[in-house]
Amino acid sequence: MINDKYIALNFLPIGQKARVKMLTSDGTIRRRMLDLGLISDTVVEALQKSPSGDPTAYHIRGAVIALRSEEASKIMVEVN
Amino acid sequence: MESELRIERIRPGDKVVALAGNPNVGKSTVFNSLTGLNQHTGNWPGKTVTNAQGKYRHKDRNFIMVDIPGTYSLMANSAEEEVARDFVCFSNPDATVIVTDATCLERNLNLVLQTLEITPDVVVCVNLLDEAKRKKININLKELSKQLGVPVIGTSARSGEGLNELMDAVYNVTNEKAITSPLKINYDDTIEHAIAILEPSIEELLADRLNSRWVTLKLLDGDKTLLKALQKYLDFDLMANISVAKKLKEARDVLTAAGIENDLFRDKIVSHIVCTAEKICAKVVTFESQKYNRTDRKIDSILTSRLFGIPIMVGMLAVVFWLTITGANYPSELIATFLFWVEDRLTDFFVWAGTPPWVHGLLVMGIYRTLAWVVSVMLPPMAIFFPLFTLLEDLGYLPRVAFNLDNLFKKACAHGKQALTMCMGFGCNAAGVIGCRIIDSPRERLIATITNNFVPCNGRFPTLIAIITMFFAGVVAGPFQSIVSTLLLTGVIVLGVMMTLLISRILSQTILKGIPSSFTLELPPYRKPQIGRVIVRSVFNRTLFVLGRAVAVAAPAGLVIWVLANIHVGELSLLSHCAGFLDPFAKLLGLDGYILMAFVLGFPANEIVVPIIIMSYIATGNILELDNLGQLRELLVSHGWTWLTAVCVMLFSLMHWPCGTTCWTIKKETQSWKWTIISFLVPTITGIVICLIVANSVRLLGLV
Repeated sequence: MINDKYIALNFLPIGQKARVKMLTSDGTIRRRMLDLGLISDTVVEALQKSPSGDPTAYHIRGAVIALRSEEASKIMVEVN
Repeated sequence: MESELRIERIRPGDKVVALAGNPNVGKSTVFNSLTGLNQHTGNWPGKTVTNAQGKYRHKDRNFIMVDIPGTYSLMANSAEEEVARDFVCFSNPDATVIVTDATCLERNLNLVLQTLEITPDVVVCVNLLDEAKRKKININLKELSKQLGVPVIGTSARSGEGLNELMDAVYNVTNEKAITSPLKINYDDTIEHAIAILEPSIEELLADRLNSRWVTLKLLDGDKTLLKALQKYLDFDLMANISVAKKLKEARDVLTAAGIENDLFRDKIVSHIVCTAEKICAKVVTFESQKYNRTDRKIDSILTSRLFGIPIMVGMLAVVFWLTITGANYPSELIATFLFWVEDRLTDFFVWAGTPPWVHGLLVMGIYRTLAWVVSVMLPPMAIFFPLFTLLEDLGYLPRVAFNLDNLFKKACAHGKQALTMCMGFGCNAAGVIGCRIIDSPRERLIATITNNFVPCNGRFPTLIAIITMFFAGVVAGPFQSIVSTLLLTGVIVLGVMMTLLISRILSQTILKGIPSSFTLELPPYRKPQIGRVIVRSVFNRTLFVLGRAVAVAAPAGLVIWVLANIHVGELSLLSHCAGFLDPFAKLLGLDGYILMAFVLGFPANEIVVPIIIMSYIATGNILELDNLGQLRELLVSHGWTWLTAVCVMLFSLMHWPCGTTCWTIKKETQSWKWTIISFLVPTITGIVICLIVANSVRLLGLV
């Protein structure tokens, strides 16, 4: 299932866009990610890291959402 | 929570309207504009943590509007979502208004579509049209209404635009003058097949009390919290029905055969809704400029940058304090001069009237003088600090503070949103404690509750400012005074934040062990604050409220102090006896008996600590005329204050028991005496330990 081209979202360089391919989380966290609109093929852009490098702000479906690296590492994306 | 949600229709014709929406879409602004009830609104996600109700009249009907918690979804992934869902489902509102953000419509539609699955009586309010216009985002409201099958009204709630139309639409929906035909979301064939198997058996049992298709979906999903709520609402267990159980198994088998199980089922449902929202948006939203949120990103890249993020944050705090301190100085003196002039006239009056001295003492020297001090010391800093702070809140800067500080909170094993509750604590610790509801994990919520007191609330700011101005700013000359004061105050706040983090960490390694839970934080668009509204709101809602509370407490406290100071037992007054009793312990902390007693008497409200100290010194000393801060300083020095005393008073003010209101709020929020007592003890012990260390090391080193 896991494709080599996929990377975890926390490794997406700032300023780059990627497509969500898979969520590896489950339970509440997974549902929360889905509620943010992080479904397959959603385009996500890494906008900005906070001063200490974590969390990172992402552009998701018109909103800016900050995710900690723990959450972002469970979102597999494909860089365009 | 349920008891808060019961709505009583006053008259049978009254209509109940639920107000739903994502966090931070101006829901509270809509609510306030319609009901006139002043509920506090702020530009950060998840602000509405309790349900506010308000009434308004439109045409010939009364409407009861219920502000339900802001949520992204009704899937009940958090307590707030559960409350929101339960209200929309089970409280039978006559209409549900969903407020959406025009600048971010797509994600907002998620909630709209989920609500449409539950009830057809929906009015969609596309708010913040003014912001959208500024960002050159066009929304075809007519087409959106056609797509959704329910009325859609565009509003700019802050300027009141569109609210009349909104009330019309709600009126029509609740009086069945408008028939809605909400969009039906069709899932893929397998899921539809499963629905077709199960729905008929449920439809019969529900007898129109709930949307059968939606209940079917939830049963297939196996949503446990809903099943429980459902059973309570229906008064019977749906699953206990043999036919339902049989059909459910049959439907589940169909899903399983297609490989759709558990997580995947919900994934598919959510994905389908998100895709539908995307498709609708593609039809109704046009962006004239692709760079519509470029400015926000630019601002963010500075305000949250690696290099400048933290310095700007501390700098901003310092500027607010500087403005407060310099701005408050002059009016403070002016008010003091005036109020003490009045005191002299009052004295003249009492002399003329020939009342016994104790009446004059009680009323003028006791009550009036304490009130005068509270007003002149408290009012100016509050009247400046609150509007400035509200301005930052309105701009949307506070979520950026949470973003900047999250990593520190993560390291303290706490929740990033604790930064937000901490900011609320600047206003009022009781408000901060209530605000802790935005944190889902009970462990992290408790940490945030217990440590909230480490940021000084508005009751303690003036104490800090007064002491800094009297004691430290005086040592340097002229224009640098206010800068020194500012730096000191900023230092105290930074210390408070550091203590918050340290104590959070200690708590999460001892009595509240655990790992940080998941964290998502929305950084909402920056919004142009409405200066006029900010001033009115902060002056009336906060300043006068807090001042009123302080005055209400100060008057009796002034009376008590005067009585204590004037009833003599043996050689000494009662006040001196009490202070003498506390003195040995207080001295260890670098304070004295009077100061410690002022803190004890200040339990109802921190605002009155400094006035009590002053009153007790005046009552025992011989300086009677006090009309400026310079003389105040002399009064304190004549009672043995050194710079160390001032430092220890500030430290103790920053770290001691929460005020009465806060303790009561903690009890209410945690529903536990144990955690209330811990919340009382943690800051108190911290303060005592720190004062002990500071006072005794300074003395040992011979610095005083």
